Amino acid sequence: MHTKILSEFSIKPIDTVAIQERVSRLQKRSIKNEAKLTGLKLALSMIDLTTLEGKDTPQKVKQLCYKALHLHDDLPDLPTTAAVCVYPNFVGIAKKALMGSDVKVAAVATAFPSGQSNLEVKKIDTQMAIDLGADEVDMVISRGEFLQGNHNFVFDEIATIKSLCNGKARLKVIFETGELVTLNNVALASKIAIAAGADFIKTSTGKIQPAATPEVTLVMLEAIRDHFFATGKMVGMKPAGGISNAKTALQYLVMVKETLGNAWLSNQWFRFGASSLANDVVRQLLKQQSGMYQNKDYISID
Amino acid sequence: MATRLEVQKTYKLFINGQFPRTESGRFLKVIDKDGAFWANACRASRKDLRNAVESARKAQTAWNNRAAFNRSQILYRIAEMLESRRVEFEQLLIKQGTPNGKAKAELNEAIDAAVYYAGWADKYQQVFSSVNTVSGNYFNFSVYEPTGVVINIFGEDVNFSDYLNAVLSAIVGGNTIVNISSANTAPYVITLAETLATSDLSAGVVNILTGNISELISHAAKHMDVNAIVSINLTEAERLEIESAAPNNVKRIFQYNQLPEKGKTPYLILDLQEVKTTWHPIDSPIAGGNSY
Repeated sequence: MHTKILSEFSIKPIDTVAIQERVSRLQKRSIKNEAKLTGLKLALSMIDLTTLEGKDTPQKVKQLCYKALHLHDDLPDLPTTAAVCVYPNFVGIAKKALMGSDVKVAAVATAFPSGQSNLEVKKIDTQMAIDLGADEVDMVISRGEFLQGNHNFVFDEIATIKSLCNGKARLKVIFETGELVTLNNVALASKIAIAAGADFIKTSTGKIQPAATPEVTLVMLEAIRDHFFATGKMVGMKPAGGISNAKTALQYLVMVKETLGNAWLSNQWFRFGASSLANDVVRQLLKQQSGMYQNKDYISID
Repeated sequence: MATRLEVQKTYKLFINGQFPRTESGRFLKVIDKDGAFWANACRASRKDLRNAVESARKAQTAWNNRAAFNRSQILYRIAEMLESRRVEFEQLLIKQGTPNGKAKAELNEAIDAAVYYAGWADKYQQVFSSVNTVSGNYFNFSVYEPTGVVINIFGEDVNFSDYLNAVLSAIVGGNTIVNISSANTAPYVITLAETLATSDLSAGVVNILTGNISELISHAAKHMDVNAIVSINLTEAERLEIESAAPNNVKRIFQYNQLPEKGKTPYLILDLQEVKTTWHPIDSPIAGGNSY
């Protein structure tokens, strides 16, 4: 049966070459000494320390929470990470392990990572995470529907999940940009998600390659900027997956600052979804402090 | 008629299987035996060293996990590749000041060393590991495991076969290495790098830097991700610098004027190995005795 597809969403086409050039220019920024130290600590405080494996156990989650609070006790004045990110069934355990700290618990929901289920199941999934006390919900969009042009479906889904979260948890919307193929699609998905009430837009689940890339991130940051100019409302950004070293993290921070400004340079509005990034940042901080190149054997395992 | 301009070669570095220029953009002149300009060679910086160690670290597990026999095949391949380029190496050594007759002998030594260490690759473990006597129902083994990432630092006037022996004796046992030598050695060590790059050696197992040794020594010695340092023909001051900085992560330190036994001895392999002893329970002593 031929379905008539309705879409009320449109964007200006993205100039891919311009995006690439802008990214490459921003990546050449040299950040040294105090600026580097500040940047590295800021990056640490923005990490959503993540474990999303089928083999996760309560003990693994507890260990991750401990790590979020104690990134490297030998280094004084280290921040904690922003949050830990786990599957919904581990929210209670994480909540208990992080009690009394500022570290948030984020739960992935809505049939993560594929999003292939019906809305009822997705609502139950989300409700469970919220009932267990999740501070943040990371939902995935239905990429199949999106690629078919069924944009209203995607909008409605996000809006429904948002209504469950309202007042209880901040909602991050994952596009899985590796499956959206073009930058135009990324820009369009950003517009839909923001319109539907996303508190954060997020690149990837980490289960698909490519995950976060600088180009995709810049397109999303510009969508956030355009929305801010139009409405005065801020939306957060979370690149996730594939950001594993400190230098890349600093390059992302440069992009945020140059696109959105200082207001976004806090973990209220910007996050890294990562697991091994924290260790590399700690390694660089130790190098700055001691003047010696470091070995990961002296830093806690993930 | 216009005379043809000879194409001059700039000697680059060898890091992670590739030949990058130094990130610092700095170069040093290489002078031939008559004091004439020969070539430009890279003056590696501390960041090149960092990159080289990073690539050596990344390559180490996979290199160690290869079957010993496979490492043997690769070392033998190095001998084959050296033999096929020996004329070039001899000319380089002569241009650098090695006497005519000696260059040939030196190449013989070097190529034979590759065969020598290819032979040891799947044998040192059997010869030097042991089954130890313990009183109880256990097998008790002591076996060798590679130390990890090794930095070789070469002073002036290091000969080609010592340079190669230091490479071979380290990698044969599953270590990965970073070599540092003066810019003057660039013609033959970078030609060696080109040989190694075509010898089925995986990227990062051997990394080769040239430059001012004195500015790299302390960074090499302090590096927390380096497990051993071997030096050949360094000055007293340079040796002391290594001795004082390297213990921060309990590096193995071996400093030589020249390698013992002309560089051909299995004890050079063992220098860069750690002994692991394991206890393995057995149900009952074999054949009614507990002599194991």
